[in-house]
Amino acid sequence: MSIFLEIVVSVLLILGSIVTLIGSIGLAKFPDYFTRLHAPTKASTVGVGCILIASMIFFSVELGHVNLKEALISIFLLITAPVAAHMLAKAGLHYKVNMEDNTQNQHLAKKAYLHQSPDDE
Amino acid sequence: MLSYAIIIACGLTFCALALNAWRLIIGPTTPDRIIAVDTMYINSIALIILLGLYQGSASYYESALLIALLGFVSTSAFCKYLLRGDIIE
Amino acid sequence: MDKVRKFIWFPTPYHSILLWVVWQILHDFNHGHMVLGAVFAIVIPWIAAPLSEKEPVAKKPLKVLTYVFRLLFDIVVSNYDVAKRVLQSNRSLKPAFIAVPLAINEPLPLTIFTSSVSLTPGTVSVELSEDRQWLYVHVLHLEDEQLLINLIKHRYETPLKEIFGC
Repeated sequence: MSIFLEIVVSVLLILGSIVTLIGSIGLAKFPDYFTRLHAPTKASTVGVGCILIASMIFFSVELGHVNLKEALISIFLLITAPVAAHMLAKAGLHYKVNMEDNTQNQHLAKKAYLHQSPDDE
Repeated sequence: MLSYAIIIACGLTFCALALNAWRLIIGPTTPDRIIAVDTMYINSIALIILLGLYQGSASYYESALLIALLGFVSTSAFCKYLLRGDIIE
Repeated sequence: MDKVRKFIWFPTPYHSILLWVVWQILHDFNHGHMVLGAVFAIVIPWIAAPLSEKEPVAKKPLKVLTYVFRLLFDIVVSNYDVAKRVLQSNRSLKPAFIAVPLAINEPLPLTIFTSSVSLTPGTVSVELSEDRQWLYVHVLHLEDEQLLINLIKHRYETPLKEIFGC
């Protein structure tokens, strides 16, 4: 494996794990449920994506032929992460989790729970 | 150099998993715990891929794919349970 | 009783190609698996096609590519923004709910639109209103409401409207 590819793979691995760690720090420190919801989508898109691309490059060089299997995992994560986030948000609305006091437009949360338009009574 | 990078990445991902476990333990409500579990699934995919790189074996992607599938299905099942009080209606 | 369906050889051609390509990626472009994948790509749509509903087809394939690359670029940029927010203190955070008026209401474009909004970190789509006219979005840090709504509509909704022609 050439030194250039080794540097690329190493940088992608470190970058991906740092983004994953930042996502988890966000999950641990954000003040309320809806802000915490932003952490997993972040970790799954760029963080795991970088690590999967690094693995793809490494095994393509190591095995001597094109290896796209990890790309399937990242595409699958890209498709499912927003669906999971949407369901989690719905569950949070239904559960009536507490919101931070400085959240703007809190009345919209109630409208969203009732599936109403914002200008409905 | 690559072996050092893999070990550092493993350490950082392990810290991420520990933070998720902390949120899983203290999480004030049930939805918070579900988010923690969902993020743990995604981070363990990263950890398994790193293990595959460390051992130089290309067949670890299969377990990563399985974890991705099961993580999505279980997250949506948990959410469905919270929304309806029942998984299958 | 349903009336008897006319037999079609390739009910969903795009899905067949997708299935074949994924099967090849999973088995390293092996010659035997090319034949087996082709058999699956023909037989599985016969069984699965009656279950699916009619969906709008992308009319401009080139625009799809630009849309995907724009989305990936946005994901990376907004990841950087959210990473900065995470490392700052919680007090400077201004979370908010906003309501985005929708101009598309067919299921597939709407799913792609809400998924794009969720995928870019910093915004999560929460719920649709019953008449599919409004999308409720939770924002991690909101500076200017109208600016963000215009940005979302301009960057994702307008291209999707062009792609699907609705």
